[in-house]
Amino acid sequence: MTIALFLLRRLGGMVVLLLVLSLLVFGLLALSPVSELTTLLGTQPSTPEAVQAITAEYHLNDPFLVQYWHWLVDALHGNFGQSIQSGEPVGSVIVSHLPVTLELALYAGLLVLVLGVPVGMAAGIRRGRVFDRGVSGLTIVGMSAPGFSLGILLIYVFGVALNWFPVFGPGGDQAADRVAHLTLPSIALAAGLIALIVRQTRAATMHVMEQDYVTFARARGISRPRIMVSYALRNTGLPIVTAAGLQLIVAISGTVLVESVFSIPGAGQLMVQSIQSADIPVVQGLSFFVALLVMVVNLIVDVAVLIIDPRTRAAARG
Amino acid sequence: MIAANVTAELGGRRGARRRIPVLPLLCGLVLLVVLVCVFGGTALAPDDPTAQNPLLSVSPPGGGHLLGTDQLGHDVFSLLLAGTFPSVVGPLAVALGCLGIGAALGMSGAYFGGVTDTIVNRFTDLVYALPALLIAIVVLGVVGGGYWLTAGVLLFLSLPYEIRLCRSAALVQVRLHYVDAARTIGISPARSLFRHVLPNIMPTVIATFLLDFVNALISFAALSYLGFGVQPSSPSWGRMLSQGQSLITQNPWLSIAPAVLIIITGASATLLGDWAYERLTAAGGTR
Repeated sequence: MTIALFLLRRLGGMVVLLLVLSLLVFGLLALSPVSELTTLLGTQPSTPEAVQAITAEYHLNDPFLVQYWHWLVDALHGNFGQSIQSGEPVGSVIVSHLPVTLELALYAGLLVLVLGVPVGMAAGIRRGRVFDRGVSGLTIVGMSAPGFSLGILLIYVFGVALNWFPVFGPGGDQAADRVAHLTLPSIALAAGLIALIVRQTRAATMHVMEQDYVTFARARGISRPRIMVSYALRNTGLPIVTAAGLQLIVAISGTVLVESVFSIPGAGQLMVQSIQSADIPVVQGLSFFVALLVMVVNLIVDVAVLIIDPRTRAAARG
Repeated sequence: MIAANVTAELGGRRGARRRIPVLPLLCGLVLLVVLVCVFGGTALAPDDPTAQNPLLSVSPPGGGHLLGTDQLGHDVFSLLLAGTFPSVVGPLAVALGCLGIGAALGMSGAYFGGVTDTIVNRFTDLVYALPALLIAIVVLGVVGGGYWLTAGVLLFLSLPYEIRLCRSAALVQVRLHYVDAARTIGISPARSLFRHVLPNIMPTVIATFLLDFVNALISFAALSYLGFGVQPSSPSWGRMLSQGQSLITQNPWLSIAPAVLIIITGASATLLGDWAYERLTAAGGTR
């Protein structure tokens, strides 16, 4: 029960944080260098009727906090106003851009899991050998290589020079085409994450492999795969999950850049285009969505930590 | 996160001593060259980076142009050298600012504790949980600020990391007897922090400085790639990336060279930071 209380407390903290963030997100409108009315009018002619309509819709004559209240109530109902560019509701604009981004994220996440953890564990076990040295060197490069730089290199090597993969856009609806189009962007997005996960897994594996219980398990004749999975992996899981959660948040920024590099019409590119065209309602909607996503990721990490390591449950109780 | 990273790896790095420091030396050399280019890049450039040559629009390497030319016939190699300044000075300023403010706040937080410490800690928690680069993109994109506003926003967003790491390193130190001894003989808190605690947490400070630099380098490049923040007169590496991307089939060097430069500079600083941390902590342990 106390665990539930702990989670409830975390949830409460997140609601407060979300409120703070929503205030900042709403403040974006006031931050933009031109007046709020000009921003919201966009390319519409500023006829008195249009001005009146906008003023009424966004409660522009009310004090800032009242405006914010109206905006927040609408936002909680999923209504972020209309896109200045297309005139469509912000919610549906965002939803129409989400699937590609999710596919990209899923693909990248898969790469991280399939490559990061096993390679890290292998390097940790073969510590100091050529494989470990090579992997460790690569991770340094991977961690400092931003997705967009790496993306350009990938475009040149695999797209232009070798011509293995398409380099532009998200591809058609067929699965094979999609996968081909999303391969390079996923690699660009996942590289930094893979590097970090490999390092974490390697360090944690090395630490765990030195523990007495692993030596003892070996002495008892427990098979290597079983030692690796139920002893080493579970005990290395904690730092890996924590790091992965933080890195996932960093990857949100990465997605914005990678989508721009590869011209993928996802939520990231929508963000950049909306900022460029001063489509503030869309920027607000997306920012709010990202804030929500960040909260959820943090909560999932909290729960995962509790599941993986029973010791943290005691800490949560106390 | 970085703290966890560094400490987690310490256990495994005992074997690192026998490695000859060829790689760190190389990294230091790279950073030195970059630093020279920051201040002498325009002077070192073989061509005037602003000189246009409409007859040589987007040519591949050759004809006196080591890396070819861009759309307006600028020499790409000279552009890169001149671009070092806007690409590196901002990140350097951010990292230096972090170093000064972060170390001071982190150490005094560890020394004095209290309300300030708690507030700084809450703020750190908050920023830790947010995608910093995305915040910078949104804020600077909407506000449309200039180069130094960009530096300011990035400083604000990367300070928490520096503060937290310095704080946790200093927290270990302030519990040691020498700090008590200093207090007993009447040395002022400021003096004992800067003269006695600071040298002992130097490994953390230096490693974090380099990490901050790498993060700021990437963020600056990302922002100028997207075209946010006012662009300085000579294009930075990030700007060149976006210009070169559309011309990648005609002169790939226009985009590959800045991409490689960003990666090499970042990787060198990361490696050097890692190495320095190991070295200095090892040396500190025997003192």
